Amino acid sequence: MTTTAPRHRPIDRVRWWTYLLLSVATAACLFPLYWMFIVATSDTATATEMPPEVVPGDNFFHLAGLVLDTVPFVQSLLNSLAVATTIGVGQAVLCSLAGFAFAKLRFRGRNVLFLVVVLTMTVPTQLSVIPQYLIMSELGWVDTLQALIVPGLASAFGIFWMRQHISATISDELMQAARIDGASTGQVFWRIAFPIVRPAAFVLGLFGFVTAWNDFLWPFIVLKSPERYTAQIAIKALQNSYDVDLGLAMSGSFLATIPLVVLFVIVGRRMVAGILDGAFKG
Amino acid sequence: MTATLTPAPTAALPPPAAPKARGLGERLAPYAYIAPFFVIFGVFGLFPFAFTFYVALFDWNPIGDQVFIGVDNFTRMFGDPRFWNATGNTLSIWVLSTVPQLLLALVLAHVLNHARLRFALFFRMAVLVPYITSVAATAIVFVQLFDRDYGLLNWLLGLVGVEPVDFVQSTWGSHVLIATMVTWRWFGYTTLLYLASLQAVPRSVFEAAAIDGAGSWQRFRHITIPSLRPVIIFTVVTSTIGGLQIFTEPLLIASGAPLTCGAVRQCQTLTLFLYEQGFGQFEFGYGSAIGVALFVMVVAIAAINYLLSTRIKADR
Repeated sequence: MTTTAPRHRPIDRVRWWTYLLLSVATAACLFPLYWMFIVATSDTATATEMPPEVVPGDNFFHLAGLVLDTVPFVQSLLNSLAVATTIGVGQAVLCSLAGFAFAKLRFRGRNVLFLVVVLTMTVPTQLSVIPQYLIMSELGWVDTLQALIVPGLASAFGIFWMRQHISATISDELMQAARIDGASTGQVFWRIAFPIVRPAAFVLGLFGFVTAWNDFLWPFIVLKSPERYTAQIAIKALQNSYDVDLGLAMSGSFLATIPLVVLFVIVGRRMVAGILDGAFKG
Repeated sequence: MTATLTPAPTAALPPPAAPKARGLGERLAPYAYIAPFFVIFGVFGLFPFAFTFYVALFDWNPIGDQVFIGVDNFTRMFGDPRFWNATGNTLSIWVLSTVPQLLLALVLAHVLNHARLRFALFFRMAVLVPYITSVAATAIVFVQLFDRDYGLLNWLLGLVGVEPVDFVQSTWGSHVLIATMVTWRWFGYTTLLYLASLQAVPRSVFEAAAIDGAGSWQRFRHITIPSLRPVIIFTVVTSTIGGLQIFTEPLLIASGAPLTCGAVRQCQTLTLFLYEQGFGQFEFGYGSAIGVALFVMVVAIAAINYLLSTRIKADR
């Protein structure tokens, strides 16, 4: 951030309490994850000790072993990975395609259809889980992963977002030049438009991935057998085995959160930039 | 994010050919590009939404008969104390989670917008960490932290002489616990939404105000809040829609009686009540009627919110 005001001007100094406030907020955001780690590495006696233990124990592998004995946890992590990746990639591609059509192609009904897309964002679909379940049983999709994946591919917000990006970054002159060179609509999209907006599509896919990974209500309704569980539903199953060990659900939560923390360390700055970029303002 | 403005290298293009007339495939291409959304949303979004209103008129057993009973489900609902209990819980948890979340986000966005803030990226990333943590994991860890006998919070309260609070078993305690989880998970995301909007305000506006002697509070009151008005309205509406549909937190905190969120339904929300009736009791018709009621409530509260938020500027 550049500013024209001279550095020494005292009026605009960052006060110490600003850092204090931000440090408290940071601690509040990170502490629950740290606590998850503490309990996931401690035995029951230590975890219930007063005053509480604040350093990690050495019980991690014992608890992780118990988790694997109780539910097919590795399978559930793989299920989550498959569902979240397909949704993330699918949203990035489908929303780019539709956003490209709405931003750059001329066709009858374009403006009306785009308005319909925007209006669909106001329909609270979570309230219709009962008919959604009826549809899934008609399709024979109950207790399958496609029951999670296919509905997750549609994102009105993603189309809106990609349309903004494509309008802002791809000029009509570029489109025309490609047309004159004889490129078809599909070639223009894949060879020109998509490579340019790929960073935006990537961020959209990341948010789709995170949302799908953390989704609970719908998988909880539609998945029945433990080998189909996503990681979140496996956590719920571990909680039911509460009597086995206090740290069991905590260990499962920790194991299901670690992949996202790693992902966030690598690409978190792009997620932050994606929000700050302003298209999320609505 | 900075999307590059550089055109793709021309080598990626096919060799120049004579411009061809737009064939049928070319004319249909735009429709093919937007079709997946409309098909998927139609089948899995819009149709079930409309179908909810239909199912609500039936005594609908998923493994038995479907009998048309008109508005009986609604009459039954209005006379059902469990419905009003869930409505009260939902509204209480929604207020407790939305108001502090948005206020906190306003303050944090204001300080994060400071031009000379150091470690700005670190702080921005840190507040987004709760957002990537799942609701299920959040619930598990917060229940432990708020536990009556072994929780860190009650231990700290005990140090200053406060009797242990049973956050799960008491009504207000469970509402505070759920609201804390919701606030924790969402305040950072909302902060960044506000910050995005604030960054669109020219830096010189804040500097001019500072030179004219406006303190941090005055700049917050007279520049930050008014310029955030559209995004405040947006977040109030979205957090209302989300807040009224809270499900996972109440399901996970009372592990003894999950579907009712405790023995006396002290924290059962409407969405959890819908789930209990639909998938616990297999009363699909009654569950759908609850869904319809929830929809009416979401629309009504979002509209009231919108009207109130548009008046934020009135006292400027």
